[in-house]
Amino acid sequence: MEEVDVEPVVTNISGIRPGKRMGFAWGPGDILVYETQNKASGPTGSGCAFIHVVRKDEDIYSPILRKLFNESHHIFVGLQTIKDDLPSKSKKPQFVSISRNYRSVIRACMEELQQAAVSANDTDMATQYGNQVSILLAIELIWNLCEVLFIDAAPAGSLLLHLLDWVRLHKSDVDEKAKGVLQSDSPAEHRDYWDVVLSYVLQGRLEDTRKMLMKQAMLQPAAKSMYKLMDSLLSKMPFYNPGGTQTLTEFDVKWRNWHEEVDRYLKDNSFASNQHLEVICKILLGDEDVLLEHKELLSTWYYFLITRLLYCHPTVKPTELHYYAQSSMMMFLDSGVPEPLDSILLAAFEFDIHQVIKDCSIALNNWWFVAHLTDLLDHCKLLQSHNLHFGSNLREFLLLEYASGLFTHHSLWQCAVDYFDHCPEFGRVYLELQIERVPLDTERKALKVLRICEERQMSEQVRSICKIMAMRAVRNNRLGSALSWSIRAKDAAFATLISERFLQDYCAKGTFSDLDLIDNLGSTMLLSDRLTFLGKYREFHKLYGEKCFSDAAKLLLSLMTAKIAPQSFWMTLLTDALPLLEQKEVIFSAEQTYELMYCLEELTSSLITAASGSGRPMQEEDVEVTKVEMLRLALARNLASAIVKEGTMQT
Amino acid sequence: MESAKYVSQKVSKARWRPVSSSFLQQPEIFATGSWDNEENKISIWSVGNYENSGLEDGFEGDPQLICENKHDGDVLGLQFLDQERIVTASSTGAVTIFRHHHNSQTISVSQQWVKAHHYPCDNAPCTAVVCSSPEIITVGEDGRIIVLRADQDCMAQVIENADSSTIHAVTYLRTTEILTVNSIGQIKLWDLRQQSNSASQILSLSGDRVPLYCIDRHPNQQHIVATGGQDGMLCMWDVRQGSMPSSLMEAHSAEMWEVHFHPTNPDHLFTCSEDGSLLHWETSSHSDMPSFLQGNRNSSVTSRSAMALAGGNQSLISAWLNGDSSKSRLETTHMLPSQTLSVNSLDVLGQCLVCGTDGEAIFINKQVPV
Repeated sequence: MEEVDVEPVVTNISGIRPGKRMGFAWGPGDILVYETQNKASGPTGSGCAFIHVVRKDEDIYSPILRKLFNESHHIFVGLQTIKDDLPSKSKKPQFVSISRNYRSVIRACMEELQQAAVSANDTDMATQYGNQVSILLAIELIWNLCEVLFIDAAPAGSLLLHLLDWVRLHKSDVDEKAKGVLQSDSPAEHRDYWDVVLSYVLQGRLEDTRKMLMKQAMLQPAAKSMYKLMDSLLSKMPFYNPGGTQTLTEFDVKWRNWHEEVDRYLKDNSFASNQHLEVICKILLGDEDVLLEHKELLSTWYYFLITRLLYCHPTVKPTELHYYAQSSMMMFLDSGVPEPLDSILLAAFEFDIHQVIKDCSIALNNWWFVAHLTDLLDHCKLLQSHNLHFGSNLREFLLLEYASGLFTHHSLWQCAVDYFDHCPEFGRVYLELQIERVPLDTERKALKVLRICEERQMSEQVRSICKIMAMRAVRNNRLGSALSWSIRAKDAAFATLISERFLQDYCAKGTFSDLDLIDNLGSTMLLSDRLTFLGKYREFHKLYGEKCFSDAAKLLLSLMTAKIAPQSFWMTLLTDALPLLEQKEVIFSAEQTYELMYCLEELTSSLITAASGSGRPMQEEDVEVTKVEMLRLALARNLASAIVKEGTMQT
Repeated sequence: MESAKYVSQKVSKARWRPVSSSFLQQPEIFATGSWDNEENKISIWSVGNYENSGLEDGFEGDPQLICENKHDGDVLGLQFLDQERIVTASSTGAVTIFRHHHNSQTISVSQQWVKAHHYPCDNAPCTAVVCSSPEIITVGEDGRIIVLRADQDCMAQVIENADSSTIHAVTYLRTTEILTVNSIGQIKLWDLRQQSNSASQILSLSGDRVPLYCIDRHPNQQHIVATGGQDGMLCMWDVRQGSMPSSLMEAHSAEMWEVHFHPTNPDHLFTCSEDGSLLHWETSSHSDMPSFLQGNRNSSVTSRSAMALAGGNQSLISAWLNGDSSKSRLETTHMLPSQTLSVNSLDVLGQCLVCGTDGEAIFINKQVPV
């Protein structure tokens, strides 16, 4: 048994009295828990009548988060259909755009949750929404970093620019502060003014810094030259242009020159009289102590890391990142104990994808994030195939877990089907087991489930679902529905059952029910012998009604001789033949009469053998005997007339 | 252009609120019903252009939720009775009339027939509802046809055991005649005046009895009827002639859930299906005149034009019945941008199309080329 990574969380079940024992049963996504006395036998006292359902993942029941699941399902399916024939290099822009799609979906959800949190009446709901917002913020942060480092995989030079964008995207309070400052009467004298200026510098937004400093410069004409100097330094800072002709080495040289220039001006005290400008100068030189003095402005160690890289080492290579990340984190965090988010980001900077995924799986209660991210990374061919103990790879494992969780939801199970489809090894098995357990309340739902099964050639599940629906229909006496279900499943046995029901109804009532069905069976008659018989028998009745006696007679005979009719029904058929025999006109030819007699003999002999075995009451036997006698008489008479008719020459 | 709005519920029905007389007015309000939720809802949305009037053509503002109400059971049928009232068919067998209060922007239950459709000891889902105010006709899995009147609690007429299988859809043929389709592939015509328990006429496709799920009648030519079923084929029937369909067209690869003729431009037809596609069918008769007219060049101008008119009319009339053949062309376009989960329902009015999917999304297109 592997070691546990984190201590398990203890959950108190409120409905169970303290000190009592609990029994439990695992479900697909939850646990059923109940109070028990845990005694094998013996008198039991009064127990608790409740069963508790303990669920780990509440998120799938949140209406706003549901949109996340649906939209990301759409993106997921789109991603799977990207063809594999192109080399992965040319697919990179596609993957980046898909990653951005995922992130925009997360952001849209976040905004909606934020609005809901603000407008919620209930404080509990508001805190819950607030928690979900912060989780989504963290998720988006991690995803964005993964996109920059793994999917986009920028080389040195562009790497820093991407990371700058990353930090700027997630530190938007600067703009709000700036707005407040700019909208005031005298921006340069606003108390947040220098905070805004420093924040701009820390984010590398030098254009904005220069504009802000301009306002201060106008207030202090005496220090004009100093401000001009600062302005020129800021404007000269080189930024790497990935699309340009300058190589990285050239940029490095330029940057070092600039760095030295700034250093010179600092050393000869050009900014000594103005402490703010001096601080800015020191930041431009990447002075770590000064940076650490402004922890509240930086607020996070990764922001500190990026600023540090910007002003000390802008040509940082991806492989060097982890060293800087570790040291930044240690310098920034006094307490030394990192939060889960911090260790995840550190693992990302160390390019340890598996650690990122593992930590996220533990920290989050829903598999959504890790499943989708891993799937995307797998498509980018970034995951080594890491065979887990139970045979499937990491991507498939996570997708299966996520989809299984979805399947427990009363509504989102339809999305889960597509996820199972794209798990080549175990997806089908999982789907087969889960799809049978979807509750089928209406025919429409059953039709949808059936379509899913049929498209994947899951014939056993098709048969089982059709049988369930057909049995339900039979129980409610909807024989037409039952027949249509058995036709769909090509279930001959069930069709036989239904035909038997019809025939029983006929014997009991003397007429057919549901004529619209029986009259219009068409080719479905061929599904089962009994069904064919039913159709043909009804046809016989129709012919009789239309007075096409000879056709009716032929049909009746063929039903018996071709052995389509079950023997139990032969008596009824022969009785039906009686009126035909009694007609003035000779309908049955001699041949046919002989055959009828043969059938009668067969029937009576089997009846005798049956009767000798069982002890049937005398009355029934009497009726049977009378019927047989009447038939014998009618047949004999008919035979006589037929022979005469056939023997007579036509004159 | 289509835009998707994700609504956190699987949409089973979507219907535009009918617009008052002027044809030029585009519909702005639509209602949707959900299914397969623990708590289903009926919701009313608006796509009016408030401040969005300055946008480029094609871009849609998001539909805004105006109000919603809990609905017991899946919404299997939804229809606007008039500007304020909506009738729904529920999977619990209930038929409910909801009233939309415009001033307070709320919905409330106005009238309900709770166990309209039922089995002897169980509920039976009510599968479809159609109305022509104040008359409401519902059908269900129990094979019953029920005629109700709004504001009257008792049932005006019940046809028991109208069908031995589930009746999936119903539509008016004339004011007193209706057509129903069932699970064994039959269209049945009922004359409600006759108060009989059997259909006046039964039409079906010979061969496989493919279940039919939707039916719609041509708005102007009342004998033309379109149906769709389990195999995704679009069938055109002429109710006057014979019991066989006039033309069969392959439409979808899975069940077709709804078929609608455009109410004012019946050369256009829309179908939606379980396979996630929504098709727009457009028929047009061949631009050449039918050959028998070309021989009559010698006839006088007036008679030729009269014949031409008649001939032209005839080719228009039978355009749908000819299907995709040499006499008339049929163009089909996909209306949704990419494959989605099943499109359960659609409605088209004027130039506006709304549809709801199992991917919990609503798509609206306000520039349908009709």
